[in-house]
Amino acid sequence: MMTSLLKLDNIHTHIGQYHILQGVHFEAKEGEVSVLLGRNGAGKTTTLKTIIGLTPASSGTVTFINGDITKKPTYDIANLGIGYVPEDQGIFAQLSVEENIKVAMRKETDESKEKLEYVLNLFPDLKKFWKKAGGNLSGGQKQMLAMARAFVNDSKLLLIDEPSKGLAPIVIEKVMEAIIEMKKRTTIVLVEQNFIMASKIGDSFTLIDDGKTVHHGQMKELIADDELKHKYLGIG
Amino acid sequence: MDLIISLVINGLATGMLIFLLAAGLTLIFGLMDVLNFAHGGLFVWGAYAGIFSYAYTGSFTLGIIAAIITGLILGFIMEKLIIKPVYGNHVQQILITLGTMLVLQEMIKVFFGPNVVAVKVPELLAGSWQVGDIIIIKYRIFIIIFGFIVFGLFHYILTRTKIGLIVRAGVMNKEMVQALGINIKRIFLFVFMTGAALAAVAGVLMAPYSGAIYAELGMEYAILAFIVVVIGGMGSFQGSLFAAILVGLAGSFMAYYVPYLSLAVNMIIMAVVLIFRPQGLFTAAKG
Repeated sequence: MMTSLLKLDNIHTHIGQYHILQGVHFEAKEGEVSVLLGRNGAGKTTTLKTIIGLTPASSGTVTFINGDITKKPTYDIANLGIGYVPEDQGIFAQLSVEENIKVAMRKETDESKEKLEYVLNLFPDLKKFWKKAGGNLSGGQKQMLAMARAFVNDSKLLLIDEPSKGLAPIVIEKVMEAIIEMKKRTTIVLVEQNFIMASKIGDSFTLIDDGKTVHHGQMKELIADDELKHKYLGIG
Repeated sequence: MDLIISLVINGLATGMLIFLLAAGLTLIFGLMDVLNFAHGGLFVWGAYAGIFSYAYTGSFTLGIIAAIITGLILGFIMEKLIIKPVYGNHVQQILITLGTMLVLQEMIKVFFGPNVVAVKVPELLAGSWQVGDIIIIKYRIFIIIFGFIVFGLFHYILTRTKIGLIVRAGVMNKEMVQALGINIKRIFLFVFMTGAALAAVAGVLMAPYSGAIYAELGMEYAILAFIVVVIGGMGSFQGSLFAAILVGLAGSFMAYYVPYLSLAVNMIIMAVVLIFRPQGLFTAAKG
């Protein structure tokens, strides 16, 4: 049985006066791709931001490898081994691809160099545009850079927010293949609106609606459940 | 031609002093999103601490070192006690830093007395060279060289070192820098202290240049520094150098050719830049 790497227990998060998350329960098991699904504005992105500490939880517990990280600052959480790829990719526009990666690399060990080599083989475009400014890359290349940057450290868990957003179908295919490849080396939590992509790469799912967890289970169950898909995702 | 060379040297020297003051201000604004109206107070404290140390020890080098230490200490105290509680709130930042500016100014009078202090150029840098018909004042050349060395040093740090890379990345996207495992608050403190030290150095270098120092001097130069930051682009180090030289040269030429416009020229340049390029001549892109 796979062990639990990340667990969210009854998470409530406020942003200003707004009560965004109102009881999120979620679990990511080691070696799996766990997908957070839900309509626009359901609270998926806020859930990822709460895990990484950018919008800290007002109550509830976030546990990572058996340690409570709920109140830890973002940089501490990242240093524990959680990589984050935001929805807008968060590329440093005026820094080159090389510099974007260098900011992320906490130490230059043999292991990190091997990881860098691995991601550059996974995303050959990054090697090709090594000296090009991040802001001048295409949408797909930015997504690849953001994923590579989150991966080069000792990331035991990757949080990836809507990697297919705004990308052409052919690029989505490439991103999907990369995620499947990265899954061999790390655990992934994915927020995704594109159900076709989510269903192809996800092992388990959690449905969030109005800031609450309403359902979770294995992806194959959701694929077979047209009623659930229709009710919460408006498809099927 | 001789006159033009003299005016250029004069303008460059003034520009370099403004650059040293504006460089810290632009980094503090660019990275920390903090409007620091107390920057002029750090400048004047640098001037007094440096000049009094110089008078006491007889060494201008020690005076510069004393100014740097004063800037670092005041920068540390200010960031921890005054700036930290008001991150993200511009209105509170303006109010509290303006208040701090007044406190720093009045504290000068308490510690060093209310009178104007006359300052002489250090012996080694005093006097001038005559090249043909042109008289070149040594101290102005010293300031220009010093300014370019500081620019070169900081340009190297910002573009060739890991800490510089993090600062540049932080100017573009603070949240992402944190999500990559970097304690941005520690970087904020480092940048604020460095900016304060640069302001203090500008103060001690300005003192022999203007020949006298007084408590209110900080506010006068701080306004020039703010104009330079707006013209150069908030957060842009290179932009500050370019704009400071532009303001210095414009002031120098206008003071000679159209003296009644010399005070207004900086405002005119700023207005023109704001009309055609509101983000400033150089920009530190966000996101």
